[in-house]
Amino acid sequence: MNETKKRHEHKNCRELLGSLSEYVDGELSNELCNILEHHMEDCEDCRIVVDTLRKTVNIYQMTAETEELPGDMRQRLFKSLKIEEYLE
Amino acid sequence: MNDQDNKVEAEGFSLDALQEGNPEEFSRLVNAYSSKIYRLAIKMLNQQQDAEDVLQETFLKAYRGLKSFDGRSKVSTWLFRIATNEALMVLRRKHPDFLSIDEPVETEDGEQEPVQIIDWCCLPENEFLSEESKARLDAAVQKLPESLRVVFLLRDINDLSTHETSEVLGLSDTAVKTRLSRARLRLREELSAYFGERVNLIREAQRNQSIEISSKRGEKVFLHSAGEDKK
Repeated sequence: MNETKKRHEHKNCRELLGSLSEYVDGELSNELCNILEHHMEDCEDCRIVVDTLRKTVNIYQMTAETEELPGDMRQRLFKSLKIEEYLE
Repeated sequence: MNDQDNKVEAEGFSLDALQEGNPEEFSRLVNAYSSKIYRLAIKMLNQQQDAEDVLQETFLKAYRGLKSFDGRSKVSTWLFRIATNEALMVLRRKHPDFLSIDEPVETEDGEQEPVQIIDWCCLPENEFLSEESKARLDAAVQKLPESLRVVFLLRDINDLSTHETSEVLGLSDTAVKTRLSRARLRLREELSAYFGERVNLIREAQRNQSIEISSKRGEKVFLHSAGEDKK
């Protein structure tokens, strides 16, 4: 029983790997979405991969928003473009 | 024509003013996209001076090229295309053996199978925002091959859609999705190694703390009952 379950999971995990990225974006087709969600009901590993994949994307997006152009670089940019009078 | 106007208006810029060389309108464009373009350049090149050069060169080329900009793509997509080409040119100059962005990555043996299976989503949010974490996040991006890195940066760091990314890079939507998937899975793997270790450290610290607390409690109980005995 356990043996069968293990083999079944492993085969599907490999096949579903390529669709996880689209799944976390909510862009996976309904059909594949159902297959994946059904698979995850029994597969803890895939659930963890999906959760940590979603979190990975989330952290990068979150930290990117806080990264602004350094002030001195902004000044040099405006100067090189001869628009420094519009520097706020 | 109306369609073009709508596209430019949608981003809040007047294409007419930009094409007439209106410096105020151009400065608004620079303000809106300089941080995003710098972010793309610094994460592509990992070198501040190179990134600053790419940033300046992008807007210089944009200023000169605006007159011939046909408005068929969004002005931001057009800017990212200039910036990406500039950054790739720097990379090619520095690393002549650099893999071309057009080269299919499909020849590689597909997605790498996940090795790190540990759930670190439960970590407190401040763990993800520490300086050390940020350095790890950047290092993981640097490890990606350029062909995957550029797709990840446009899609996830600069928030372009799949189609906008495919327009910037001249790839098909399917190729963008495949590369993004591979990039994200590799990053997940790198982050799992680091944050998984953080989970283990915190669990260990909590275990030690709870042993300490329970041993202190045990001591108190002992002292308390010793006191009661005296009564």
